[in-house]
Amino acid sequence: MTSNLIAATPAATGEGPQEMRSRSELTAKEVLREVGSVLRMSEKDAAELTSSPVENDEEQTMIINMGPQHPSTHGVLRLMLELQGEKVLRCKPIIGYLHTGMEKQGEELTYMQGGTNVTRMDYASPLNNELVFSLAVEKLLGIDGDIPERATWMRMLLSELNRMSSHLLFMATNGMDMGAVSMMIYGWREREEVLRFFQKVTGLRMNHNFIRPGGLAADLPAGWRDDVLTILEGLPSRLAEYDVLMTNQPIWRERLQGVGVITAEEAVALGASGPILRSAGIAWDLRRDLPYLKYDEVEFDVIVGSFGDAFDRYAIRLNEIRESMKIVYQILDKMPSGDYRIQDKKVTPPPRARIDESMEALIHHFKIFTEGFKVPEGEVYVGIESPRGEIGCYIVSDGSPKPYRLHMRAPSFVNIQALPHMMRGGLIADAVAVISSVDPVLGEVDR
Amino acid sequence: MSEAVVDTSVPAEQLYDCEVTYSRGEKVIHASRENYIATLKKAIDDSFTMCTDLTAVDFLTYASANRQLPSSVVGERFEIVLNLISLERRERLRLRVQIAEGEASLPTAFDLYPGTEAMEREVFDMFGIHFEGHPDPSRILMPEDWEGHPLRKDFSVGRIPVQFKGAPS
Repeated sequence: MTSNLIAATPAATGEGPQEMRSRSELTAKEVLREVGSVLRMSEKDAAELTSSPVENDEEQTMIINMGPQHPSTHGVLRLMLELQGEKVLRCKPIIGYLHTGMEKQGEELTYMQGGTNVTRMDYASPLNNELVFSLAVEKLLGIDGDIPERATWMRMLLSELNRMSSHLLFMATNGMDMGAVSMMIYGWREREEVLRFFQKVTGLRMNHNFIRPGGLAADLPAGWRDDVLTILEGLPSRLAEYDVLMTNQPIWRERLQGVGVITAEEAVALGASGPILRSAGIAWDLRRDLPYLKYDEVEFDVIVGSFGDAFDRYAIRLNEIRESMKIVYQILDKMPSGDYRIQDKKVTPPPRARIDESMEALIHHFKIFTEGFKVPEGEVYVGIESPRGEIGCYIVSDGSPKPYRLHMRAPSFVNIQALPHMMRGGLIADAVAVISSVDPVLGEVDR
Repeated sequence: MSEAVVDTSVPAEQLYDCEVTYSRGEKVIHASRENYIATLKKAIDDSFTMCTDLTAVDFLTYASANRQLPSSVVGERFEIVLNLISLERRERLRLRVQIAEGEASLPTAFDLYPGTEAMEREVFDMFGIHFEGHPDPSRILMPEDWEGHPLRKDFSVGRIPVQFKGAPS
């Protein structure tokens, strides 16, 4: 490899190559990065791991690339694997192939426009991205206590339906990765029903920009309740089919159980969140533990695994669909009437009818869409539970209509760090199961 | 989980020996560059065992008088921001560290929070802040031979020739 060359002639601002080094260049520090510090391993023990399990190792092992184009890497995730036969000795994820500078772009867009930017990050759960961005902006504006009840419950409805659609997508891709190809069609079919509802409500299947600072873009359309009930009533029999096809099926269990195990201690140390953290036995769900919106007023269970393996993560997501359905039923009961956005002239554009009759309303409308609204100085971090874990939004405002700094804490970006750890010592076929069980969305990893 | 019972009645100023402010109701502690690691160790003892987020802000074009820092903290160009979570107490804690432009480096938090590995790489990639002792300080999102650090405020958007490895220039 070229590490010596690069050390001699470093690029102007680089710090060396991103690729995995060959075993002859492997240092104890590198092994420590993969396993050591998570396990609190000493450098001496890690050094022993650098020595190859076989004699004449350079000929016995090889480094191959999995991805960036590979059907089971869910996008453009590239993994460098060191293999000995079919065994994975080391793994290094290499990301950045989908980096489009969205955080930099976020500094150029006003708070009004910001939703269109963040919604494209985690494209499998766009409404959660918009929600966390809107909550952060509202907190900066100091209007987080004044959001109308109906807006809050509508946000919860959309957020939970989005969790269901995202987990159904996971069911589809996970099934496909494991060879249950018909599952892909089933998962997609159910997800499409949820997306059809989103299309009716927001106008778009994905990337809605529907949840905005101050409330939502529009009220729920007529007949929304029946549409939601149709989804909710159709799903249980489908989920029962999943149990027959996958959960109770010996081949499926053999394929997933004991694969990609992570312990509670490791998951916390690696900052993993969402189903990965819960699969390791830690009951941590921001909806319950640090409640936002009105999650403290609904009843639901936090699904927790006990083995930390790929099967647990599958089962957690399957049951979270059921819990989300439970929440949506309660939302249907509790949905209040009222306004769907805050009537604060500062952040809310005037109603369409007013523009025809009032010059002030026209000016106001024009100003708010061209200049945006000013947000008081300060910094704020808001974290919510997205289907993949904690999605966070950190905004620094300098008092102008654009964020001075917009940072999204992407759950997939952090969860991917657990991959080398979960793959170590496993088979290459299990690597596919491990990637799938982490359920990364590369749009969010690279931003 | 640590079994030591932490006395929460000790005020955070005393516990961390740092300035403590509240931003929109969120607790923020301002550690200096020198006692950054020591402060993190105290945070772990105070049950903040999980680091959810590590990022940076470039305050190049921000009027420093408006930065709402406590009087004893001097605002520098860069700021590292960590968000910690206590799973036991269900609390969040934010840590802000000022870093001057001339000495844009900080000891790595990797030994205490291994989950910051990718985040520190991202901060290096985007802001050019070095983390001393980081096991793999290469770029993470940009190509490894990219020049400049995109999220710095003096890195302008647009009209930059796209750089590809090996492409004829």
